Amino acid sequence: MQIIISSVVLLSVIALIIGIFLGISSEVFKVEVDEKVSKVRECLPGNNCGGCGFAGCDALAEAIAKGEAAVNQCPVGGAPVAAKISEVMGVAAGDSVKMVAFVRCDGTCVNANKAYEYNGVKDCRLAASLPNAGEKKCKNACLGYGTCVNACKFDAIHIVDGVAKVDEEKCVACKACINACPMKVIELVPYAKKHKVVCSNKDKGKPAMDACKVSCIACGMCERTCTKGAIKVVNNVAVMDYTKCDDCGACAEKCPRKCIS
Amino acid sequence: MEFIVIIITAALISNVVLSRFLGICAFLGVSNKVETAKGMGIAVIFVILIATAVTFGINNVFLEKTGVFGLDLTYLQTIAFILVIACLVQFLEMFLKKFIPSLYKALGIYLPLITTNCAVLGVALTVAQDYTNFAKGMAYALGTSGGFCISIILMASIREKLEGNDIPESFKGKPIVLIIACLMAIAFTGFSNLNIG
Repeated sequence: MQIIISSVVLLSVIALIIGIFLGISSEVFKVEVDEKVSKVRECLPGNNCGGCGFAGCDALAEAIAKGEAAVNQCPVGGAPVAAKISEVMGVAAGDSVKMVAFVRCDGTCVNANKAYEYNGVKDCRLAASLPNAGEKKCKNACLGYGTCVNACKFDAIHIVDGVAKVDEEKCVACKACINACPMKVIELVPYAKKHKVVCSNKDKGKPAMDACKVSCIACGMCERTCTKGAIKVVNNVAVMDYTKCDDCGACAEKCPRKCIS
Repeated sequence: MEFIVIIITAALISNVVLSRFLGICAFLGVSNKVETAKGMGIAVIFVILIATAVTFGINNVFLEKTGVFGLDLTYLQTIAFILVIACLVQFLEMFLKKFIPSLYKALGIYLPLITTNCAVLGVALTVAQDYTNFAKGMAYALGTSGGFCISIILMASIREKLEGNDIPESFKGKPIVLIIACLMAIAFTGFSNLNIG
Protein backbone atom coordinates (compact mmCIF):
# COMPACT_ATOMS: atom_id res chain seq x y z
CA MET A 1 0.00 0.00 0.00
CA GLN A 2 2.74 2.38 0.99
CA ILE A 3 4.56 1.67 -2.27
CA ILE A 4 1.48 2.42 -4.37
CA ILE A 5 0.80 5.69 -2.57
CA SER A 6 4.40 6.85 -2.68
CA SER A 7 4.82 6.03 -6.37
CA VAL A 8 1.60 7.83 -7.29
CA VAL A 9 2.57 10.82 -5.14
CA LEU A 10 6.09 10.87 -6.51
CA LEU A 11 5.03 10.77 -10.14
CA SER A 12 2.32 13.37 -9.61
CA VAL A 13 4.81 15.67 -7.93
CA ILE A 14 7.35 15.23 -10.72
CA ALA A 15 4.64 15.83 -13.34
CA LEU A 16 3.38 18.88 -11.45
CA ILE A 17 6.86 20.37 -11.14
CA ILE A 18 7.54 19.74 -14.84
CA GLY A 19 4.18 21.26 -15.76
CA ILE A 20 4.81 24.40 -13.73
CA PHE A 21 8.38 24.63 -15.02
CA LEU A 22 7.26 24.34 -18.66
CA GLY A 23 4.40 26.77 -18.09
CA ILE A 24 6.71 29.39 -16.62
CA SER A 25 9.40 28.90 -19.24
CA SER A 26 6.89 29.17 -22.08
CA GLU A 27 6.01 32.60 -20.68
CA VAL A 28 9.65 33.57 -20.14
CA PHE A 29 10.87 32.37 -23.52
CA LYS A 30 7.84 33.58 -25.41
CA VAL A 31 8.60 34.64 -28.96
CA GLU A 32 6.25 37.16 -30.47
CA VAL A 33 4.90 35.56 -33.62
CA ASP A 34 3.16 37.87 -36.02
CA GLU A 35 -0.46 36.78 -36.20
CA LYS A 36 -0.46 37.47 -39.92
CA VAL A 37 2.33 34.95 -40.53
CA SER A 38 0.37 32.06 -39.11
CA LYS A 39 -2.82 33.14 -40.86
CA VAL A 40 -1.06 33.43 -44.23
CA ARG A 41 0.64 30.09 -43.60
CA GLU A 42 -2.76 28.46 -43.11
CA CYS A 43 -3.85 29.66 -46.57
CA LEU A 44 -0.80 28.20 -48.33
CA PRO A 45 -0.94 24.64 -49.69
CA GLY A 46 1.91 23.32 -47.54
CA ASN A 47 3.70 21.28 -50.18
CA ASN A 48 6.97 23.07 -49.39
CA CYS A 49 7.87 22.72 -53.06
CA GLY A 50 9.89 25.94 -53.21
CA GLY A 51 8.24 27.01 -56.46
CA CYS A 52 7.82 30.55 -55.12
CA GLY A 53 11.58 30.95 -54.76
CA PHE A 54 11.51 30.80 -50.95
CA ALA A 55 12.72 27.95 -48.76
CA GLY A 56 9.21 26.62 -48.18
CA CYS A 57 5.68 27.63 -47.26
CA ASP A 58 6.79 28.94 -43.84
CA ALA A 59 9.41 31.19 -45.40
CA LEU A 60 6.95 32.49 -48.00
CA ALA A 61 4.31 33.18 -45.33
CA GLU A 62 6.87 35.22 -43.39
CA ALA A 63 7.88 37.15 -46.50
CA ILE A 64 4.27 37.87 -47.47
CA ALA A 65 3.43 39.05 -43.95
CA LYS A 66 6.43 41.38 -44.04
CA GLY A 67 5.36 42.66 -47.44
CA GLU A 68 8.50 41.37 -49.14
CA ALA A 69 6.59 38.97 -51.37
CA ALA A 70 3.46 39.39 -53.46
CA VAL A 71 0.22 37.85 -52.23
CA ASN A 72 -0.01 35.79 -55.42
CA GLN A 73 3.58 34.54 -55.18
CA CYS A 74 2.47 30.96 -54.61
CA PRO A 75 2.31 29.29 -58.05
CA VAL A 76 0.71 26.14 -56.67
CA GLY A 77 -2.31 27.71 -55.01
CA GLY A 78 -2.95 30.14 -57.85
CA ALA A 79 -5.87 32.54 -57.74
CA PRO A 80 -7.96 30.96 -54.91
CA VAL A 81 -5.03 31.01 -52.48
CA ALA A 82 -4.03 34.51 -53.58
CA ALA A 83 -7.56 35.69 -52.89
CA LYS A 84 -7.54 34.19 -49.39
CA ILE A 85 -4.14 35.67 -48.59
CA SER A 86 -5.10 39.09 -49.89
CA GLU A 87 -8.10 38.94 -47.54
CA VAL A 88 -5.74 38.32 -44.63
CA MET A 89 -3.34 41.01 -45.75
CA GLY A 90 -6.00 43.49 -46.86
CA VAL A 91 -4.45 44.00 -50.29
CA ALA A 92 -5.92 43.51 -53.75
CA ALA A 93 -4.96 40.11 -55.10
CA GLY A 94 -4.07 41.13 -58.63
CA ASP A 95 -4.54 38.79 -61.52
CA SER A 96 -2.68 35.57 -61.28
CA VAL A 97 -2.62 33.68 -64.56
CA LYS A 98 -2.43 29.90 -64.17
CA MET A 99 0.85 28.78 -65.64
CA VAL A 100 2.01 25.30 -66.51
CA ALA A 101 5.35 23.85 -67.47
CA PHE A 102 5.85 23.12 -71.15
CA VAL A 103 8.55 21.09 -72.90
CA ARG A 104 9.79 22.93 -75.98
CA CYS A 105 10.76 19.84 -77.90
CA ASP A 106 8.97 17.22 -79.94
CA GLY A 107 12.05 15.18 -80.80
CA THR A 108 10.34 11.83 -80.35
CA CYS A 109 11.97 8.57 -81.41
CA VAL A 110 10.37 8.99 -84.85
CA ASN A 111 11.06 12.68 -85.36
CA ALA A 112 14.60 13.11 -84.02
CA ASN A 113 17.63 11.68 -85.74
CA LYS A 114 20.42 10.22 -83.66
CA ALA A 115 24.08 11.12 -83.91
CA TYR A 116 25.15 7.90 -82.18
CA GLU A 117 23.84 5.18 -79.86
CA TYR A 118 24.12 5.82 -76.13
CA ASN A 119 23.76 2.99 -73.63
CA GLY A 120 25.04 4.62 -70.44
CA VAL A 121 23.36 5.80 -67.27
CA LYS A 122 19.86 7.09 -67.98
CA ASP A 123 20.28 10.56 -66.54
CA CYS A 124 19.92 13.79 -68.49
CA ARG A 125 22.50 15.65 -66.42
CA LEU A 126 25.12 13.08 -67.35
CA ALA A 127 24.00 12.65 -70.95
CA ALA A 128 24.03 16.43 -71.46
CA SER A 129 27.77 16.50 -70.80
CA LEU A 130 28.47 14.02 -73.62
CA PRO A 131 29.70 15.10 -77.06
CA ASN A 132 26.93 16.80 -79.07
CA ALA A 133 24.92 17.09 -75.81
CA GLY A 134 23.40 13.63 -75.90
CA GLU A 135 22.70 11.06 -78.57
CA LYS A 136 20.11 13.12 -80.47
CA LYS A 137 21.58 15.08 -83.35
CA CYS A 138 19.86 18.24 -82.15
CA LYS A 139 21.99 20.02 -79.55
CA ASN A 140 18.94 21.51 -77.81
CA ALA A 141 16.69 18.48 -77.63
CA CYS A 142 14.87 16.92 -74.70
CA LEU A 143 17.09 13.94 -73.89
CA GLY A 144 14.22 11.89 -72.51
CA TYR A 145 15.99 10.20 -69.59
CA GLY A 146 13.54 11.53 -67.05
CA THR A 147 15.56 13.79 -64.74
CA CYS A 148 12.52 16.08 -64.74
CA VAL A 149 10.23 13.13 -63.95
CA ASN A 150 12.25 12.44 -60.80
CA ALA A 151 12.21 16.12 -59.86
CA CYS A 152 8.42 16.42 -60.13
CA LYS A 153 6.64 15.95 -56.83
CA PHE A 154 3.20 16.05 -58.40
CA ASP A 155 3.49 13.21 -60.94
CA ALA A 156 2.80 15.77 -63.66
CA ILE A 157 5.62 15.06 -66.13
CA HIS A 158 6.31 11.81 -67.93
CA ILE A 159 8.53 10.53 -70.71
CA VAL A 160 6.37 9.64 -73.70
CA ASP A 161 8.08 8.27 -76.77
CA GLY A 162 11.48 9.65 -75.78
CA VAL A 163 10.32 13.16 -74.91
CA ALA A 164 9.05 14.65 -71.66
CA LYS A 165 5.37 15.57 -71.69
CA VAL A 166 3.65 17.69 -69.06
CA ASP A 167 0.25 16.72 -67.71
CA GLU A 168 -1.27 20.21 -67.65
CA GLU A 169 -4.02 19.25 -65.24
CA LYS A 170 -1.58 18.03 -62.62
CA CYS A 171 1.13 20.66 -63.16
CA VAL A 172 1.31 23.34 -60.46
CA ALA A 173 4.10 25.40 -62.04
CA CYS A 174 6.52 24.83 -59.17
CA LYS A 175 9.50 25.04 -61.58
CA ALA A 176 11.15 21.91 -60.15
CA CYS A 177 11.48 20.36 -63.64
CA ILE A 178 12.71 23.64 -65.12
CA ASN A 179 15.52 23.77 -62.59
CA ALA A 180 16.31 20.08 -63.04
CA CYS A 181 16.52 20.13 -66.85
CA PRO A 182 20.14 20.49 -68.01
CA MET A 183 19.02 21.28 -71.57
CA LYS A 184 16.75 24.16 -70.52
CA VAL A 185 13.95 23.03 -72.81
CA ILE A 186 11.18 23.45 -70.23
CA GLU A 187 9.48 26.80 -69.64
CA LEU A 188 6.36 28.16 -68.01
CA VAL A 189 3.51 29.03 -70.35
CA PRO A 190 -0.03 30.23 -69.66
CA TYR A 191 -2.39 27.28 -69.19
CA ALA A 192 -5.00 28.76 -71.54
CA LYS A 193 -2.69 29.19 -74.55
CA LYS A 194 -3.25 26.66 -77.31
CA HIS A 195 -0.42 27.63 -79.66
CA LYS A 196 3.17 27.22 -78.55
CA VAL A 197 6.52 26.80 -80.23
CA VAL A 198 7.53 23.17 -79.71
CA CYS A 199 11.19 23.44 -80.61
CA SER A 200 14.36 24.78 -79.05
CA ASN A 201 16.80 24.03 -81.88
CA LYS A 202 19.26 26.88 -82.29
CA ASP A 203 20.63 25.76 -85.65
CA LYS A 204 19.63 27.33 -88.92
CA GLY A 205 18.47 25.78 -92.19
CA LYS A 206 19.98 22.47 -93.20
CA PRO A 207 21.65 21.39 -89.94
CA ALA A 208 18.33 21.97 -88.14
CA MET A 209 16.48 20.09 -90.88
CA ASP A 210 18.86 17.13 -90.59
CA ALA A 211 18.52 16.91 -86.84
CA CYS A 212 14.78 16.51 -86.54
CA LYS A 213 11.63 16.27 -88.65
CA VAL A 214 9.89 19.00 -86.66
CA SER A 215 12.74 21.44 -86.01
CA CYS A 216 12.52 25.22 -86.25
CA ILE A 217 14.81 26.23 -89.12
CA ALA A 218 14.59 29.96 -88.35
CA CYS A 219 12.94 30.73 -91.71
CA GLY A 220 10.99 33.62 -90.16
CA MET A 221 7.65 32.69 -91.75
CA CYS A 222 5.83 32.92 -88.42
CA GLU A 223 7.33 36.33 -87.71
CA ARG A 224 6.06 37.63 -91.05
CA THR A 225 2.64 36.03 -90.61
CA CYS A 226 1.90 37.36 -87.15
CA THR A 227 -0.01 40.63 -87.16
CA LYS A 228 0.50 41.31 -83.44
CA GLY A 229 4.27 41.03 -83.39
CA ALA A 230 3.93 38.25 -80.84
CA ILE A 231 6.39 35.82 -82.41
CA LYS A 232 10.02 36.56 -83.19
CA VAL A 233 12.97 34.50 -84.31
CA VAL A 234 15.62 34.98 -81.65
CA ASN A 235 18.87 33.01 -81.75
CA ASN A 236 17.60 31.02 -84.73
CA VAL A 237 14.51 29.76 -82.94
CA ALA A 238 10.98 31.15 -82.88
CA VAL A 239 10.04 32.66 -79.52
CA MET A 240 6.49 33.57 -78.61
CA ASP A 241 5.53 36.53 -76.45
CA TYR A 242 2.48 35.11 -74.64
CA THR A 243 1.33 38.52 -73.46
CA LYS A 244 0.86 39.72 -77.06
CA CYS A 245 -0.34 36.47 -78.63
CA ASP A 246 -4.10 36.15 -79.02
CA ASP A 247 -4.04 32.48 -79.97
CA CYS A 248 -5.22 33.04 -83.58
CA GLY A 249 -3.10 30.17 -84.86
CA ALA A 250 -2.01 31.83 -88.11
CA CYS A 251 1.66 31.10 -87.42
CA ALA A 252 0.96 27.44 -86.74
CA GLU A 253 -0.76 27.12 -90.11
CA LYS A 254 2.05 28.80 -92.00
CA CYS A 255 4.96 27.04 -90.27
CA PRO A 256 6.60 24.81 -92.92
CA ARG A 257 8.10 22.56 -90.26
CA LYS A 258 4.94 22.21 -88.18
CA CYS A 259 6.87 23.05 -85.04
CA ILE A 260 4.19 25.39 -83.71
CA SER A 261 1.33 23.48 -82.18
CA MET B 1 42.51 7.48 -18.14
CA GLU B 2 39.46 5.64 -16.91
CA PHE B 3 37.18 8.30 -18.33
CA ILE B 4 38.83 8.10 -21.74
CA VAL B 5 38.31 4.34 -21.71
CA ILE B 6 34.62 4.78 -20.85
CA ILE B 7 34.14 7.37 -23.61
CA ILE B 8 35.92 5.35 -26.30
CA THR B 9 34.14 2.15 -25.30
CA ALA B 10 30.74 3.84 -25.45
CA ALA B 11 31.45 5.72 -28.68
CA LEU B 12 33.19 3.09 -30.79
CA ILE B 13 33.28 -0.41 -29.31
CA SER B 14 29.63 -0.59 -28.26
CA ASN B 15 28.36 2.12 -30.56
CA VAL B 16 24.80 3.01 -29.66
CA VAL B 17 23.43 2.71 -33.19
CA LEU B 18 25.65 0.16 -34.86
CA SER B 19 26.12 -2.43 -32.14
CA ARG B 20 23.32 -1.78 -29.64
CA PHE B 21 20.72 -0.82 -32.27
CA LEU B 22 19.19 2.10 -30.40
CA GLY B 23 18.05 5.31 -32.08
CA ILE B 24 17.74 3.67 -35.50
CA CYS B 25 14.75 5.84 -36.43
CA ALA B 26 16.66 9.11 -36.37
CA PHE B 27 19.74 7.39 -37.77
CA LEU B 28 17.89 6.33 -40.94
CA GLY B 29 15.48 9.24 -41.13
CA VAL B 30 17.71 12.29 -40.73
CA SER B 31 20.81 11.10 -42.56
CA ASN B 32 19.98 12.58 -45.97
CA LYS B 33 22.35 15.51 -45.74
CA VAL B 34 25.52 16.03 -43.74
CA GLU B 35 24.30 19.47 -42.60
CA THR B 36 21.12 18.19 -40.93
CA ALA B 37 22.90 15.09 -39.65
CA LYS B 38 25.41 17.35 -37.87
CA GLY B 39 22.59 19.39 -36.34
CA MET B 40 20.76 16.25 -35.21
CA GLY B 41 23.95 14.73 -33.78
CA ILE B 42 24.79 17.83 -31.78
CA ALA B 43 21.20 18.22 -30.53
CA VAL B 44 21.21 14.59 -29.38
CA ILE B 45 24.53 15.08 -27.54
CA PHE B 46 23.02 18.10 -25.81
CA VAL B 47 19.77 16.38 -24.82
CA ILE B 48 21.46 13.15 -23.70
CA LEU B 49 23.93 15.02 -21.47
CA ILE B 50 21.27 17.12 -19.73
CA ALA B 51 18.75 14.26 -19.53
CA THR B 52 21.34 11.93 -18.00
CA ALA B 53 22.36 14.50 -15.41
CA VAL B 54 18.77 15.18 -14.35
CA THR B 55 17.62 11.55 -14.38
CA PHE B 56 20.71 10.47 -12.44
CA GLY B 57 19.72 12.96 -9.74
CA ILE B 58 16.06 11.86 -9.69
CA ASN B 59 17.05 8.22 -9.57
CA ASN B 60 19.43 8.61 -6.64
CA VAL B 61 17.30 11.04 -4.62
CA PHE B 62 13.84 9.51 -5.06
CA LEU B 63 13.84 6.09 -6.69
CA GLU B 64 16.70 4.18 -5.03
CA LYS B 65 16.18 2.52 -1.65
CA THR B 66 18.79 4.86 -0.22
CA GLY B 67 16.74 7.90 -1.30
CA VAL B 68 14.38 10.14 0.66
CA PHE B 69 11.45 7.68 0.59
CA GLY B 70 13.48 4.69 1.74
CA LEU B 71 11.56 2.52 -0.73
CA ASP B 72 12.73 0.64 -3.82
CA LEU B 73 10.91 2.58 -6.55
CA THR B 74 13.32 1.75 -9.38
CA TYR B 75 10.47 0.20 -11.40
CA LEU B 76 9.29 3.77 -11.95
CA GLN B 77 12.49 4.62 -13.83
CA THR B 78 11.04 4.30 -17.33
CA ILE B 79 7.99 6.49 -16.81
CA ALA B 80 9.77 9.08 -14.67
CA PHE B 81 12.66 9.37 -17.12
CA ILE B 82 10.37 9.72 -20.12
CA LEU B 83 8.58 12.57 -18.34
CA VAL B 84 11.88 14.32 -17.75
CA ILE B 85 13.15 13.78 -21.28
CA ALA B 86 9.93 15.05 -22.86
CA CYS B 87 10.07 18.12 -20.62
CA LEU B 88 13.71 18.77 -21.48
CA VAL B 89 13.12 18.57 -25.20
CA GLN B 90 10.16 20.96 -24.89
CA PHE B 91 12.30 23.33 -22.86
CA LEU B 92 15.19 23.08 -25.31
CA GLU B 93 12.82 23.91 -28.15
CA MET B 94 11.58 27.05 -26.42
CA PHE B 95 15.10 28.05 -25.44
CA LEU B 96 16.46 27.66 -28.97
CA LYS B 97 13.47 29.44 -30.50
CA LYS B 98 14.14 32.43 -28.28
CA PHE B 99 17.92 32.65 -28.24
CA ILE B 100 19.31 30.70 -31.23
CA PRO B 101 16.54 30.90 -33.89
CA SER B 102 18.94 29.93 -36.67
CA LEU B 103 19.72 26.58 -35.02
CA TYR B 104 16.02 26.15 -34.24
CA LYS B 105 15.19 26.55 -37.92
CA ALA B 106 18.00 24.23 -39.02
CA LEU B 107 16.84 21.44 -36.70
CA GLY B 108 13.18 21.98 -37.53
CA ILE B 109 11.03 18.91 -37.01
CA TYR B 110 13.95 16.82 -35.73
CA LEU B 111 14.07 18.63 -32.43
CA PRO B 112 10.75 17.25 -31.09
CA LEU B 113 11.69 13.89 -32.61
CA ILE B 114 14.52 13.57 -30.09
CA THR B 115 11.86 12.83 -27.46
CA THR B 116 11.14 9.56 -29.18
CA ASN B 117 14.80 8.76 -29.80
CA CYS B 118 15.23 5.65 -27.68
CA ALA B 119 18.98 6.26 -27.44
CA VAL B 120 18.19 9.06 -24.96
CA LEU B 121 16.09 6.85 -22.71
CA GLY B 122 18.54 3.99 -23.22
CA VAL B 123 21.47 6.03 -21.92
CA ALA B 124 19.46 7.40 -18.97
CA LEU B 125 18.41 3.88 -17.94
CA THR B 126 21.87 2.35 -18.40
CA VAL B 127 23.47 5.10 -16.35
CA ALA B 128 20.85 4.76 -13.60
CA GLN B 129 21.35 1.01 -13.40
CA ASP B 130 25.08 0.55 -13.97
CA TYR B 131 26.81 3.69 -12.72
CA THR B 132 27.03 4.87 -9.13
CA ASN B 133 29.61 7.57 -9.86
CA PHE B 134 28.09 10.71 -11.42
CA ALA B 135 31.22 11.75 -13.36
CA LYS B 136 31.62 8.29 -14.88
CA GLY B 137 27.96 8.22 -15.81
CA MET B 138 28.33 11.54 -17.58
CA ALA B 139 31.43 10.28 -19.40
CA TYR B 140 29.38 7.30 -20.57
CA ALA B 141 26.59 9.62 -21.73
CA LEU B 142 29.08 11.80 -23.61
CA GLY B 143 30.64 8.75 -25.27
CA THR B 144 27.33 7.26 -26.30
CA SER B 145 25.91 10.47 -27.71
CA GLY B 146 29.25 11.19 -29.43
CA GLY B 147 29.03 7.71 -30.96
CA PHE B 148 25.55 8.50 -32.26
CA CYS B 149 26.82 11.77 -33.72
CA ILE B 150 29.76 10.04 -35.43
CA SER B 151 27.68 7.28 -36.96
CA ILE B 152 24.90 9.56 -38.24
CA ILE B 153 27.42 11.93 -39.85
CA LEU B 154 29.27 8.97 -41.44
CA MET B 155 25.96 7.65 -42.74
CA ALA B 156 24.97 11.03 -44.17
CA SER B 157 28.33 11.41 -45.93
CA ILE B 158 27.96 7.98 -47.53
CA ARG B 159 24.40 8.75 -48.61
CA GLU B 160 25.49 12.04 -50.18
CA LYS B 161 28.13 10.17 -52.18
CA LEU B 162 25.53 7.62 -53.26
CA GLU B 163 23.30 10.17 -54.92
CA GLY B 164 25.03 10.18 -58.29
CA ASN B 165 25.48 6.42 -58.38
CA ASP B 166 23.67 3.92 -60.51
CA ILE B 167 21.79 1.84 -57.93
CA PRO B 168 19.71 -1.12 -59.14
CA GLU B 169 16.02 -0.22 -59.31
CA SER B 170 14.98 -2.61 -56.55
CA PHE B 171 17.58 -1.21 -54.12
CA LYS B 172 16.78 2.48 -54.57
CA GLY B 173 15.71 4.46 -51.52
CA LYS B 174 15.51 2.75 -48.13
CA PRO B 175 16.87 -0.72 -49.06
CA ILE B 176 20.30 0.60 -50.00
CA VAL B 177 20.33 2.65 -46.78
CA LEU B 178 19.66 -0.48 -44.73
CA ILE B 179 22.44 -2.30 -46.59
CA ILE B 180 24.84 0.56 -45.83
CA ALA B 181 23.81 0.51 -42.16
CA CYS B 182 24.45 -3.22 -42.11
CA LEU B 183 27.92 -2.85 -43.66
CA MET B 184 28.73 -0.03 -41.22
CA ALA B 185 27.68 -2.24 -38.30
CA ILE B 186 29.98 -5.00 -39.59
CA ALA B 187 32.81 -2.50 -39.96
CA PHE B 188 32.25 -1.28 -36.40
CA THR B 189 32.60 -4.82 -35.00
CA GLY B 190 36.27 -4.34 -35.88
CA PHE B 191 36.49 -2.04 -32.87
CA SER B 192 35.57 -4.87 -30.52
CA ASN B 193 39.12 -6.17 -30.76
CA LEU B 194 40.46 -2.79 -29.71
CA ASN B 195 42.46 -3.41 -26.55
CA ILE B 196 42.31 -0.33 -24.34
CA GLY B 197 42.80 0.17 -20.65
